[in-house]
Amino acid sequence: MSTAWQGPPEPVDQPADDQPADDRPTDDRPTDVPAPVLELRGVTVRFGSVPALFRVSLALRRGEVTCVLGENGSGKSTLVAVLSGMEQPAEGELLVDGRPVRLRSPRQARAQGIATVWQDLAIAPLMSVWRNFFLGAEPTRGLWPFRRLDVGRAEEITTRAMARVGVTGLDADQAASALQAGERQSLAIARALHFGARVLVIDEPTAPMTVAQRALVLQSVLAARDSGLAVLFVTHSPQYAHLVGDRFLLLGGGRVAGDLTREDVDVHDLTRLVAGGDELSRLTDSLRERHQRR
Amino acid sequence: MTPDRSLAFGPPAPVAPRSRGRRAFDRLLARPGVSALVGVALLTVFFGVQSPDLISSAGLAAVLEVAAPLGIGGVAVALLLVAGQFDLSIGVVAVSSSLLTALLVTELGLGLWPALLLSLVAALLVGAVNGLLVVSTGLPSFLVTLATFLILSGAAQAVAAAVADAPRVGGLRGEPGWDSAHALFGSTAQLGDGRFPVSVLWWIAATGVTTWLLWRTRFGNAVFASGGAPRPARELGVPVGRTTVLLFLGTAAAGWLIGTLGLARLGAVQVTPALGTEIEFIVVAVIGGCLLTGGYGSTVGASLGALLYAVSREGITLSGYDPRWFEAFLGALLLVALLVNGVVRRRLRAVPRS
Repeated sequence: MSTAWQGPPEPVDQPADDQPADDRPTDDRPTDVPAPVLELRGVTVRFGSVPALFRVSLALRRGEVTCVLGENGSGKSTLVAVLSGMEQPAEGELLVDGRPVRLRSPRQARAQGIATVWQDLAIAPLMSVWRNFFLGAEPTRGLWPFRRLDVGRAEEITTRAMARVGVTGLDADQAASALQAGERQSLAIARALHFGARVLVIDEPTAPMTVAQRALVLQSVLAARDSGLAVLFVTHSPQYAHLVGDRFLLLGGGRVAGDLTREDVDVHDLTRLVAGGDELSRLTDSLRERHQRR
Repeated sequence: MTPDRSLAFGPPAPVAPRSRGRRAFDRLLARPGVSALVGVALLTVFFGVQSPDLISSAGLAAVLEVAAPLGIGGVAVALLLVAGQFDLSIGVVAVSSSLLTALLVTELGLGLWPALLLSLVAALLVGAVNGLLVVSTGLPSFLVTLATFLILSGAAQAVAAAVADAPRVGGLRGEPGWDSAHALFGSTAQLGDGRFPVSVLWWIAATGVTTWLLWRTRFGNAVFASGGAPRPARELGVPVGRTTVLLFLGTAAAGWLIGTLGLARLGAVQVTPALGTEIEFIVVAVIGGCLLTGGYGSTVGASLGALLYAVSREGITLSGYDPRWFEAFLGALLLVALLVNGVVRRRLRAVPRS
């Protein structure tokens, strides 16, 4: 293989549903939490004079799923744009492994191990699944000028990587247009896993999905988390967020309106909070208080 | 443990597998160019019944002679169409590069080979300008290459009139290097009653090499992605800009080759204004199954399209119809091809939900 960008050693095949999420040690976790893989400190992004994000801070850690919730226009997409290198913050810092970095392009973000699954699930629909999977990093064999794609290996790896995130029985040679929305998202997640990303940013697609398709997406989110990735999951749905999230970042008007953990809220509170709009901050505070008093 | 958390992802729903034959059929349909192949077969039978001359070796040679230059251009244009771009300037590059070669030989007294090399460089420069303009400005390549076409077309006629005082520049026979250049680009082989031009071999080679490039190399994958999904391709690190410029260099080189083949065959170049020929390459590629929207197509298909074009042109002439009907016939063929492409595309997009 002549590509410089090699995948990590092949993972142990372990479906995510074999391992209930709560088996993870939570009590005997060291008191000082591990350093975040990716951190935002006071990040502000302005479009003209309007801040799309205002002093947003957040930390993403290994094996943790952070869900970002908020209404349309609350800054979710801008946050994704900052993390994926599409947008540069006007103020604030972005730290990878504690070191400040500037991400000037999606390519640089990927070089830092940040993989993004875009909202529009951008794939080339008329190309086969394996061609999409390896786009930009195709395995080859032979010497130039006879260097050619290693089709057999590419198909095999694609099938295996897709099975790892829960898409089984896939014909890697079929056109990617045959994939449903959830499977397309799984394709992007599988790609991130295979190429050794450490941070996975998922902007939930706007395309309508069936419950089964959504379940597939959540399953691949868990597969990514269990492989030790830090996951940022941007979603509209508090129900689905609560299924997989360890932490919940509520955005409202470009500001962090709430930063909660699993212990702070149950799914009903979370739903109310997301629907709450203006009262988000106040509710969050009162909830925190109640939680501490308990 | 929250009940929500114990998410039970059951086994995937059972999938009704499609039958083997059905799948093979879908795959066959998914191959661009299958419809062109069917078209070639149908037309050969149709015209062959009316005028058996078409199927003789002489008829075949005549068909291939028409198809070869068209196929070479069609193959290059097909690659560009797959990458989501357009090139109208290929025909005029053919004419003006061969004019340049002829003028360099007759006016400056250069040998044929240095002249060919210089005109190749000039053609590649035109391609580079086209490609870089398209990539850097983001303008539609249709308009950029239309501008190049007009500039080159006008300049070629003006230069031919000013320097050679005629729209025809000839007298290359016997110049130094003519014999070897003629052998490589202009020779013919007698097989039966037909004189088969060497351009057929160039055409086959071009089709073979580009097919391999398109389906079996990283470059080919980049071509598909540049046309099918440019934004994600860029995000994933596919060199979309470089690929596009290389493809414009490819069409320019193809134009030069077409021009050189004609020059070596006739020993002269005829400079006549013809917008129609510019469209032919694109027509041929589309008949061969390329989508104008990019991301899909094949160079074998484009070659079959060229064959279809040639068979119908020769067929109409040999069958005794008024040759002026040919253009109308070509238009009808194009329409059929567009409709078939649309059907194939819908089928591709709506492949089985498995």
